[in-house]
Amino acid sequence: MSDAVAEAPVADAAAAEIDASLPYNNAVPGAVLGRWAEESDGGLIVAADKLIPLMTHLRDKEEYDFLSSVTCVDYSKYGGKLRAGVSERFDTVYHLYSTSKGGGHVKLHVRVPENDTVPSATAVYPGANLQECEVYDLFGINFEGHPNLRRVLLWDGFNGHPMRKDWHEAYYDEDAKPFKSRHPAKGYEFHEDKLPWGKNTTYPEGWDPEDWREPITYVPVSQAPGHDELGELDTESIVVNLGPHHPSTHGVFRMIARIEGETILALEPEMGYLHRNHEKIGERNTWLMNMPYTDRLDYINSMSNNLGLALAVEKLMDIEVPERASYIRIIMAEFTRVINHLWSIGFILNDLGALQTPALYAIEEREMILDLFEEVSGARLMCNYMRFGGVVRDLTPNWIKRALYLVHERLPHTLDELDRLLSGNEIVKARGKGVGYLSPQDLIALSISGPMIRAAGIPYDIRKVDPYCIYDRFEFDVPTLPDGDIYARYYIRLLEARESLKILRQALRDIPGGEVQGLPAFASATIEAGFGTIMGGRGGYSFRPPEGEVYQRIEAPKGELGYFLVSDNKANPYRYHVRAPSYINLNGLGPMSVGYKIADAIVILGAIDIVLGEVDR
Amino acid sequence: MASVDPAGFQQLKEQQYLHDQITVPAELQSNVLVTTLDKAYNWSRRSSMWPLLFGLACCAIEMIATAASRYDLSRFGMEVMRPSPRQSDLMIVSGTVTKKMVPAIVRIYNQMAEPRYVLSMGACATGGGPFKEGYNVVSGIDKYLPVDVYVPGCPPTPEALIFGLMKLHEKVERQSIAKVAWYRKESSGFVPVPILGPDIFDPRQIQLIRENTLGEGAASRSSGGGEVRVMPELLSDDVKQNLEAIRTRYLAKMKQPA
Amino acid sequence: MYGTGLLKGLGITLKHALDTFRDDSKDVPSRYADSIQLDNRRRIIEQPIDQEGLLTIQYPEEKRLLPERFRYIPMLIWDTQKNEDLCTACGICAKVCPPQCIWIVRDADENGRPVARPAEFYIDAAVCMSCSFCTEFCPFDAIKMNHDYELAVYDRYPQLVYDKEELTVPVEYYAALWPSQYAAEEEVRQRKEAEARAKEEAKAKAAAEKAKAADAPAQKRSPEELQALKEQAAAKAKAARSGGAAGGEDAEAKKARLEELKRKAQERAKQRKEQGE
Ligand code: SF4
Ligand code: SF4
Ligand code: SF4
Repeated sequence: MSDAVAEAPVADAAAAEIDASLPYNNAVPGAVLGRWAEESDGGLIVAADKLIPLMTHLRDKEEYDFLSSVTCVDYSKYGGKLRAGVSERFDTVYHLYSTSKGGGHVKLHVRVPENDTVPSATAVYPGANLQECEVYDLFGINFEGHPNLRRVLLWDGFNGHPMRKDWHEAYYDEDAKPFKSRHPAKGYEFHEDKLPWGKNTTYPEGWDPEDWREPITYVPVSQAPGHDELGELDTESIVVNLGPHHPSTHGVFRMIARIEGETILALEPEMGYLHRNHEKIGERNTWLMNMPYTDRLDYINSMSNNLGLALAVEKLMDIEVPERASYIRIIMAEFTRVINHLWSIGFILNDLGALQTPALYAIEEREMILDLFEEVSGARLMCNYMRFGGVVRDLTPNWIKRALYLVHERLPHTLDELDRLLSGNEIVKARGKGVGYLSPQDLIALSISGPMIRAAGIPYDIRKVDPYCIYDRFEFDVPTLPDGDIYARYYIRLLEARESLKILRQALRDIPGGEVQGLPAFASATIEAGFGTIMGGRGGYSFRPPEGEVYQRIEAPKGELGYFLVSDNKANPYRYHVRAPSYINLNGLGPMSVGYKIADAIVILGAIDIVLGEVDR
Repeated sequence: MASVDPAGFQQLKEQQYLHDQITVPAELQSNVLVTTLDKAYNWSRRSSMWPLLFGLACCAIEMIATAASRYDLSRFGMEVMRPSPRQSDLMIVSGTVTKKMVPAIVRIYNQMAEPRYVLSMGACATGGGPFKEGYNVVSGIDKYLPVDVYVPGCPPTPEALIFGLMKLHEKVERQSIAKVAWYRKESSGFVPVPILGPDIFDPRQIQLIRENTLGEGAASRSSGGGEVRVMPELLSDDVKQNLEAIRTRYLAKMKQPA
Repeated sequence: MYGTGLLKGLGITLKHALDTFRDDSKDVPSRYADSIQLDNRRRIIEQPIDQEGLLTIQYPEEKRLLPERFRYIPMLIWDTQKNEDLCTACGICAKVCPPQCIWIVRDADENGRPVARPAEFYIDAAVCMSCSFCTEFCPFDAIKMNHDYELAVYDRYPQLVYDKEELTVPVEYYAALWPSQYAAEEEVRQRKEAEARAKEEAKAKAAAEKAKAADAPAQKRSPEELQALKEQAAAKAKAARSGGAAGGEDAEAKKARLEELKRKAQERAKQRKEQGE
């Protein structure tokens, strides 16, 4: 690969002697340079130039066919300085899983000095596409051989790479919360007064706005097959732009399609219109403060986002969760799955042109579930209900009775009605069957997860293959459908919602009583000393997990939701990364849409079921 | 960076509350025709205010819930959410406004026909909300657009949104056909579209930014002196060549006898 | 066969419409069966779980019954018995607030020494994410979540920056909004107070015995003296407090506002009671 990498001291040392005791070094000599941390961490440091051969080996020989997450850590301020034992500033991290074997991951680290390149994993796992773009955008790491490396979340011309630790925004206060200005002396400060223009913008020194010309963002839809260099006018293909303001893009999302007639030749998603800097803010927050922020990732399913983060931090700190809290968590997570699937079914129909009515029916029962959420957590959408080591408050007295009524009476009835109304409908069948097909192999290669792959016949559900929480206690099936088209993606959601009801019935039946478990009945520091904290006592709201890193994934309603956390034993996470299923599932949008009509692309997008808060974070 | 002086702060607040209580001016109260006309005019505008179908973030979900069965916006004549800005009277900015999105929002606003209103829904649209410190977040849509009603909350519950809409109705009812800006010649209501540079910038603030990036007293080169220049997008050379090629081929074809 | 889908869809819609119609034409439509009548127009509606379909809540005339844990924007609690803020300006809420939207200035006495009382307290409602961390971690129960969501305004700054006066509500208001949590907190408080009193008594007794044993050493103050000093200090603090309050705002207006809130709280308590019956 690149010469610069070969010259790096570590790579040199590795070339000199190959440690055969390290895994995979026999298969791909010299690939693994060492262990990232102690053996329990499992991370392997890989020579940059051997990354592709090693990945090929892992994919072809070891069945690690699913690239879950690609991300990067800037180690320049680890514990205040460059991390000990690391001579390079950046470290790209890959998590590989196996969809056939199930089980845990292989974690690869590639160290990258500043201004250097890494070989792009897209050669082996095309699903690395968007994630590498994100790393490039936010960290400025170049991936060599990437087909279309671009700024996905920000725009061309943006000054700097914001996730680098030394990059500060305009309203920058301090490196870590809590900020000292809030108490006890200074008083309210209107942030807008900080800068002469009253906005949170900064401009580089010496930059002249009058000379500025917006760079034209080139999206390589022009490389589409069949496009003959604008040759003949009458058969010329044109580029159509949908969004960011468009009623059927489910938020602020943009698709750029090259079409000929109505047929799509190429389609490229463009996002970042809701990029809210979740990770940058998350690294400034304390661990606990991130909990309400996760609500705003996939804002339809705040409960399962909470669950993911809670599990990740618990894994990092090795915390035991009370039995009853685990049951409550599962009940909440499965209720959100039902909500999400109802919502997405409704809006797939909306995209099919059945405006409003099916969506209204589908989200009717949602209000009843939201009432239940509001009853326990205090908010309909942004529940902020889970805490590290449990949940914030116990259920209210009548809650389980109401939930049981919903689960046994109302929800099955609604699902049946939707099934009756929609599944046999000619339009749904005509528009859905055979549209948006992608083969199971392609789906896996593109790192797509969740209902999308189960609709293509792959029974891959993290609740089954890599159980977390207490999912291994419940009896449920992983429904699959063989077709892999839009109709299957619609129908699989109905089936999954039914499975969720199954889990809910068991959980509501088996949940142990509250008195035994001692969950706080009220969230109040006076009643419950050290309430909601792990350590107990005052100041427990800010704690320091031990040094280390963790990757926890859960089966969120939209797919595999992962949290990658690095702790440097401070009150704030050193690195906080969210592997967002919606974002990565968009890898498939282009390939799925090619060859279909532009109207189908809308439904294909709808059937991926994205939510922009999670796509752009 | 001044911290707030409590007394001044209080005064400012009181003034603003007073300014909310707009009353019909005395000289207009006697004008029966105008006031009656006003009533009809405002009643009809208030009772069929079509919102733009426009969701930005989490708050949009609550906006949808407001329009759905339980809260049923059609009780206010607002059920027709129009996706086209040309057909809508009200823009509900429902969610976080990001720098990347704001040029599009301002464009949409400019495309809406007068009279138009902006309701800022949720903490994010109002003041940046929990993401205020973010590098890609605009700390409040009022940095770019005139906002009529702010609804705080994260997210505002559907009731809170409806309360905001009713506040807007009140505001509409207080307007007078004789005074409204959109029938006057001098008002265009056009908001210059912000531009994505190294960071987003407002064409109205170019002088200010120049002074800060180029040092004090950096004179403007534009002769107008403070006049807003809308920057053209420059086409790159290969695009130009392509366009030129198409054009010549097209012209050649046209010239050929049928 | 083509067309069946259409017929089925229309059938389901028709069924929904007929169901609603039938229900509405009952003597007491089920939407009103469980509701609480406030006056002849306004109602609080709670949908029974076994009510089919979804009731439309005709806000503003009808409102939904909010659960106790509902949270919107925080409020500060005013102890109506002692006539003081419960808040001690300890700053924990400002520390845990995720978007850091709480600003507190601690009060100081005339010598510039800090006093456990906020001089200023701001919450920027245009930033607050309604997470309720501040209320969960406040060790003095001085900040709680308000249920009031009717907050829309025409101007953002400074109206949405709530200052101390706007945030403060009497403790009765809180007790009406959060009855069970308030009761639990009250219980803990009383238990603690009893414990503290018992401890104090035991201490006083021990001290007295010790004093007797040591034959009252001259350099130490007697319990009576201590008590007198304490009272003096309390009086001084009270004077400072009332002075501060009077300087801050018109006392009449504040009283009226607190009265209003109290009235609201009573209304609310009434609703709860009726609903309980
Ligand atoms: S105000 Fe809250 S709910 Fe609304 S968009 Fe912002 S974060 Fe989301
Ligand atoms: S409200 Fe509570 S936590 Fe906040 S400063 Fe006052 S006493 Fe401390
Ligand atoms: S509710 Fe949350 S965001 Fe709002 S003031 Fe309290 S801690 Fe801060």
